[in-house]
Amino acid sequence: MAKVVIKDSPYNLKKAKILDVKTLTEKEKLFKLVFEDKTWLDFEPGQFIMVSLMGIGEIPVSICSSPLNRHYFEICVRAVGKVTNSLHKLKAGDIIGVRGPYGNGFPIKSLEGHDLLIIAGGLGIAPLRSLILYSIDNRRDFGEIHILFGCKTPGELLFEDEIEEWSKRLDIHFACTVDRADPDWKGNVGLITSLIPGVDIDPLRTYAAVVGPPVMYKFVIKELLAKGLPVDQILLSFERHMKCGMGKCGRCQIQNLYCCKDGPVFTFKEIMDMAEAL
Amino acid sequence: MKIEQYKLLEKSLLKDFINSLIPIANVYAPVSKGFNNYVFQNIKSADEVSIKYIPTIIPPKKFFLPKKENILQFFIEDELKVEPVTEYENLIIFGVHTCDIAGIKCLNMVLSDKPKDTAYLIRKKHVTIIGIECNDYCDEYASCSFVGAHMPTTGYDLMFTELSEYFIVHIHSSKGMDIIEKTDIFKDASIAQLEELKILRNNKMKIFNNEIPTERRYLPDLFDRSFNANVWKELEQKCLSCGNCTAVCPTCYCFDIKEEVDLTLKAGERYRVWFSCQLDPFAKVAGGHDFRKERSARQRHRFYRKFRYHIDRYGMVFCTGCGRCSRTCMAKINLKEVLTSLIRESEAKIWRKWL
Ligand SMILES: Cc1cc2nc3c(=O)[nH]c(=O)nc-3n(C[C@H](O)[C@H](O)[C@H](O)COP(=O)(O)OP(=O)(O)OC[C@H]3O[C@@H](n4cnc5c(N)ncnc54)[C@H](O)[C@@H]3O)c2cc1C
Ligand code: SF4
Ligand code: SF4
Ligand code: FES
Repeated sequence: MAKVVIKDSPYNLKKAKILDVKTLTEKEKLFKLVFEDKTWLDFEPGQFIMVSLMGIGEIPVSICSSPLNRHYFEICVRAVGKVTNSLHKLKAGDIIGVRGPYGNGFPIKSLEGHDLLIIAGGLGIAPLRSLILYSIDNRRDFGEIHILFGCKTPGELLFEDEIEEWSKRLDIHFACTVDRADPDWKGNVGLITSLIPGVDIDPLRTYAAVVGPPVMYKFVIKELLAKGLPVDQILLSFERHMKCGMGKCGRCQIQNLYCCKDGPVFTFKEIMDMAEAL
Repeated sequence: MKIEQYKLLEKSLLKDFINSLIPIANVYAPVSKGFNNYVFQNIKSADEVSIKYIPTIIPPKKFFLPKKENILQFFIEDELKVEPVTEYENLIIFGVHTCDIAGIKCLNMVLSDKPKDTAYLIRKKHVTIIGIECNDYCDEYASCSFVGAHMPTTGYDLMFTELSEYFIVHIHSSKGMDIIEKTDIFKDASIAQLEELKILRNNKMKIFNNEIPTERRYLPDLFDRSFNANVWKELEQKCLSCGNCTAVCPTCYCFDIKEEVDLTLKAGERYRVWFSCQLDPFAKVAGGHDFRKERSARQRHRFYRKFRYHIDRYGMVFCTGCGRCSRTCMAKINLKEVLTSLIRESEAKIWRKWL
């Protein structure tokens, strides 16, 4: 057997340096990254990267910064297991491996010229933050922008500073809710679905972008359909186990679709008749 | 048929030919393991080879997409060093049946699709494929004619077909030509043998009858109507979820990616390893939900990957009719029977509409 180094392997990693780590909640940290070779990560909102800790593992993570930010890119990681817990132990200056970006993100070109209804549940805000920041950076290309954000408790609220800022902006309609309040909470209490009937949208002009835990989708979609949104204007991002990120390993397959390559963002129309999708 | 592309070999000289390959490269050929089991194995002499064999336990995919394969090696010294790697060897696979050549074509399709799998392409470049044509069925499990894999078309360097007096050899690449030219045991073919080959192929069309009571072109329609068929529910009771059917399938290529650190904790490898949609954690997602929890859903997924999904994506049926899955299944799930039951069930439904 001859062994060769293949630099053009699709599994090759680029080294990314952690510029900064910010603790957002008990479970989530925000990592600011740059490639060591000073190249830029060219991506679309909704795309993901594969993040590697050598010897520990590799996981898919959404890019949560604006694609127009040429100085760094960000990921927001919840500690749930082996790789994510190890990531949480890293500090500024440490190096991780990155490959990507992968997948189909939000169809920016179709979204432009339309109103946006962005619905985030919990960590679903991560890929949607990229879309929100992009649409703020290109504010004049979009119509009305509505953001609905929900999480379990006020302590789990991500990106608090930014939310504060978004809620003050005149060109954004922002609403937030928690399932269970604490004594200091002054906002809405209830599931995210309770916010939908109240938003004032023209359904035919509006694209909804929904990302959250799997249980959320069915209920949110029901509300959106009740509002009159066309099925091809409801965008969902799916989470599956992913190993290759390139439509090969088969792990993320939903019938004939590869979540990693054809998704993770799908229109409701693409998957509505598909068993094993929702 | 261009006569220059064909050569003849005396039947008694086949062993000499195989032996002539051994100095050129590592030669792998079907070797009998008893109980009608065969394995593609490294041979040192033509005496080891079984010219007549039923499909080997594991198909030649193991040479293209090894069961376990390092994809990255890393060193953590002063700083992290990561190197994508692959291993390959110059090898000749002798005696490949047309079904297995069809399997390799399926793998080629997937792994050369973008982003290209460089390791696979490097390995593939170093393999020489010498086929042997089946003039008759290997056994009752085969359904190669249904998928059109019973006749040699492309995908080999040399193809041997047994005629009455000779083996006629189709030279399909310059790699194949180089091998032929290394010995002086081949003769030029004449019109008579080309005629004989034509007659043999025509005869094969009678011997190889479509094994499934439908045609390949109706597969998309059949499967589009069968997602909720009872056939899948019946498999729920039978299948053991052992994953043998996918391991032996020449067109199953799903894999997992894992890693190992050596004892110094300063170096290690990331590798990919065959995995199966029939096994438990495959379709599990965060939170523990499994999108294909039932064995019926997993079997259905296997059949749709063979006969439906990849027709849209790659324009090919991803079954070669080799029969391995049926031969190996402890629960006696038989691919030909499953397809036949699907057709019956779907026909019954259509008839009911008309009655
Ligand atoms: C497209 C996509 C985008 C994602 N974006 C983010 C993000 O922005 N932030 C974030 O914190 N998480 C994100 N995830 C989830 C993240 O990939 C998993 O939490 C992570 O893989 C868990 O790895 P672990 O080693 O820490 O956990 P493990 O110890 O391996 O397991 C813990 C849990 O994570 C699940 N899991 C393990 N490996 C994977 C995998 N390869 N793919 C999916 N789930 C897995 C397991 O089912 C298990 O429930 C995303 C997943 C996908 C598919
Ligand atoms: S079909 Fe047979 S070989 Fe395949 S997983 Fe089920 S029991 Fe195992
Ligand atoms: S599904 Fe069965 S018959 Fe078809 S290629 Fe795979 S192992 Fe062979
Ligand atoms: S992650 Fe491998 S096919 Fe999607």
